[in-house]
Amino acid sequence: MLSEATLGKIDREVAKYPAAQKQSAVMAALAFAQDELGWLSKDAIAAVAGYLDMPAIAAYEVASFYNMYDLAPVGKYKLTVCTNLPCALSGGVHAAEYLKNKLGIDFNETTADGRFTLKEGECMGACGDAPVMLVNNKRMHCFMTPDEIDKLLGECK
Amino acid sequence: MALLEAINPLLSAGWQKGGHEWRLENDTGWRLKDYEARGGYQSLKKILAGKMSPDDVINEVKKSVLRGRGGAGFPTGLKWSFMPKAAPEKYIVCNTDEGEPGTFKDRDIQRFDPHAIIEGMIIAAYAVGAGRGYNYIHGEIYELYQRFEQALDEARAAGYLGQNILGAGFDFELFAHHGWGAYICGEESALLESIEGKKGQPRFKPPFPANVGLYGKPTTINNTESFASIPFIFRIGGESFLDLGKPNNGGTKLYSVSGHVNRPGNFEVPMGTPFARLLEMAGGMRGGRKLKAVIPGGSSAPVLPADVMMDCTMDYDSIAKAGSMLGSGAVIVMDETTCMVKALERLSYFYYEESCGQCTPCREGTGWMYKVIHRIEHGEGRPEDLALLDRLTINIMGRTICALGDAASMPVQSFVKHFRNEFEYHIENKKCLVPPDVQRAGSSFFTRNMGQA
Ligand SMILES: Cc1cc2nc3c(=O)[nH]c(=O)nc-3n(C[C@H](O)[C@H](O)[C@H](O)COP(=O)(O)O)c2cc1C
Ligand code: SF4
Ligand code: FES
Repeated sequence: MLSEATLGKIDREVAKYPAAQKQSAVMAALAFAQDELGWLSKDAIAAVAGYLDMPAIAAYEVASFYNMYDLAPVGKYKLTVCTNLPCALSGGVHAAEYLKNKLGIDFNETTADGRFTLKEGECMGACGDAPVMLVNNKRMHCFMTPDEIDKLLGECK
Repeated sequence: MALLEAINPLLSAGWQKGGHEWRLENDTGWRLKDYEARGGYQSLKKILAGKMSPDDVINEVKKSVLRGRGGAGFPTGLKWSFMPKAAPEKYIVCNTDEGEPGTFKDRDIQRFDPHAIIEGMIIAAYAVGAGRGYNYIHGEIYELYQRFEQALDEARAAGYLGQNILGAGFDFELFAHHGWGAYICGEESALLESIEGKKGQPRFKPPFPANVGLYGKPTTINNTESFASIPFIFRIGGESFLDLGKPNNGGTKLYSVSGHVNRPGNFEVPMGTPFARLLEMAGGMRGGRKLKAVIPGGSSAPVLPADVMMDCTMDYDSIAKAGSMLGSGAVIVMDETTCMVKALERLSYFYYEESCGQCTPCREGTGWMYKVIHRIEHGEGRPEDLALLDRLTINIMGRTICALGDAASMPVQSFVKHFRNEFEYHIENKKCLVPPDVQRAGSSFFTRNMGQA
């Protein structure tokens, strides 16, 4: 189910931990699996668990505990907007409102063309740069004025 | 302002030289060669070449009165001294799971000065006799996790990590562990569980990590800023570091200033700097509006009204005396456009969302508090709700495995205490004391040229 490239990346993570502690690589391994497959199905989680010699249920517990794993399909671009208080004071909530209007969706919804999913995020440790949003868990965008948001949406083809 | 260069000139330089854009354009100093050019790894060399013993190192850190920058303010040197000497397998862990709302200092240290963290961790490893370390990096800053991996490669290639470091017969391996979005993993024992590949649920204490930590082995865990301060302490000496600050509050500290100010950002100032000065450094109040309230130490710290805050200096003791906590040094500034009920509603939602669910008082209590504050904010509050909130906080505090329960309760208690009239107004009039259009203008989303202020 997982490609050689993904397994290779997992191996590199496993090497960071003591030999008896392969399970320590499960968070990274799930992230790589999500990168490759788009989201984490039960089968994908089981494949990761099998590769790390751990029970599937233990990997599933991890996948369901951490916010950034997607246990259901999401759009091509998952936009997570921080609306926590420090960001809200500098436009976080309004930026999310702006996005909802632009995309015609609410939080936890995906546009009909499958391009965008919108998520409400908690503090990303970047409150001085509000409004802040994360694209596909990995790329952080700061100081998102209406213009900047328009530009970002345009770049997400 | 030489003091401001304590951890890294780039951290504070931005505000002097034109803000966010300047900082990004000048984000070129993080590589090993740049760090070495500004004196990096000299402290490690000095310690190893001068044959300072691990105990000498710990004593120097004790002298500096560096207090843990992760929130609790526990003296770092003392923490290191708790590590059992004889244990064969020990760990050093850095807590970069920065997710306490308002806090964004560790991200800038990761960005501008990853080698200061690495050097600090190596020195700590030498002091406590650890052979392996991990830096747990907050899920949302993936790009900086990648940068840290590169910095580690540089340090390994230069012989600062690995076997027989600098020929001193001391071995230490260091790795980065990337989180994936869970505030509770900032709590040290949850973080250790997370490195072990489990759900991030805090452990019962005692035993403390110094005895039973990562993989059950003795472990020292410190905040990023604590580690990043270590090389500087050995550059100028523990006593000089202490002298930079106030007695019992050693050194300089990074403050993350967010909210209704003109120039949000990180500012490194000596412990004991007046709050008014910090506010001025952050460009003053946005739009010249009036200061209403400040949360001085991250969202878990009690809120303080403007007049109390204006009399405070920024150090553990002064803020504690005023009835709050310096915590992580995250200063959340709110002006007169802020509805305190709505502000508290958002914070309560956060704790409800992030409770790991292990303890009933925290799991049920955070949900209940959110529900009550939500209904007050939405015009459905009942006269008895404020007393109910008070009871809820009392039933949570001190009855949980970790401090998240207290962290969720302190904002509720302090908001209701200091801004009771606003809560009462909401309940009686089914609307907000601060008109909606005034609130809306506060964020400046539709008017401000962000980051250029
Ligand atoms: C709910 C909760 C969240 C925490 N989040 C963080 C965090 O993001 N970063 C951090 O360094 N410490 C955090 N802490 C404090 C850590 O448990 C621990 O005290 C700290 O990492 C110790 O480092 P220090 O002594 O250098 O401050 C948190 C504590 C709690 C209870
Ligand atoms: S206090 Fe809350 S977050 Fe902490 S262990 Fe208990 S349930 Fe989990
Ligand atoms: S509150 Fe949004 S990044 Fe911290």
